Amino acid sequence: MSTGKMHFEYQVEGGNFSAAGFPSSQVKKTLKQLNVDGNVIRRTVVALYEAEVNIVAHAYNGIISVDIDTEKITILLKDEGPGIADIKKAMEIGYSTATPEVREMGFGAGMGLSNMKTNADHLNITSEVGKGTIVEIINYFHQ
Amino acid sequence: MKVQEIVGIIKGTVVSGAENLENTVDMAFASDLMSDVLTVKTDNLLLLTGLVNIQAIRTAEMSDISCIVFVRNKKVTEEMIRIAKENKIIIIQSPYSMFKVSGILFSAGIKPVF
Ligand SMILES: Nc1ncnc2c1ncn2[C@@H]1O[C@H](COP(=O)(O)OP(=O)(O)OP(=O)(O)O)[C@@H](O)[C@H]1O
Ligand SMILES: [Mg+2]
Repeated sequence: MSTGKMHFEYQVEGGNFSAAGFPSSQVKKTLKQLNVDGNVIRRTVVALYEAEVNIVAHAYNGIISVDIDTEKITILLKDEGPGIADIKKAMEIGYSTATPEVREMGFGAGMGLSNMKTNADHLNITSEVGKGTIVEIINYFHQ
Repeated sequence: MKVQEIVGIIKGTVVSGAENLENTVDMAFASDLMSDVLTVKTDNLLLLTGLVNIQAIRTAEMSDISCIVFVRNKKVTEEMIRIAKENKIIIIQSPYSMFKVSGILFSAGIKPVF
């Protein structure tokens, strides 16, 4: 794998389902170029994509920043939105406040946060009601 | 089973990835719920869905799903085809319902994930 550090940033627009997935796609391409293990890539982009879709589905707008070094990828997703009042409850499978529009797009089963936990080596969520949510995902390239 | 054979038995039309029909798939998952699809970790999976939008393609991309069957001949957009091609994802449209395609693939020996 090549050395050096990389940094990327992407804007995410709430409600814009046709653009959702572009940042995750770019990250996937970058990790492939770096010859990261396929299983690590899949875990990382699934967790990232879930978090990205959560901004599109539940928040107003957000910024994704991605840092890659030789041993890990660190992803920070910060959004402006309603925030999450009870994170523990939101993590439960089946809990969802998704609108009918979101459900029509194929989401809103209340499975995303728990799937993010499954696919991230490290997941940290902080949120302030009425302001927004910060999600941090860290995955290591060598298990 | 070769994707080419699958196309035949579900009256499929290939709209992306026609050059990869020699690929094989052994397992399939049928769902309109992308959050559910994203929990599946099986390699070389075929996704059967009636949800025809960009996020179905993105979900396949993130989950390393190599083949999607859209049922009931729903319209696949140019943008969906572009993203699928970029990721070497085969897209097949079938006129049949989800139930019928599931039955045909199951009878042909394609295995369920769960
Ligand atoms: N970025 C966010 N901003 C505000 N609320 C959020 C955010 N992310 C998650 N939530 C809240 O947590 C709930 C559970 O999120 P989770 O991702 O598990 O399920 P979902 O997005 O509703 O459905 P799915 O992920 O299965 O498509 C959401 O319904 C929403 O209420
Ligand atoms: Mg979600």
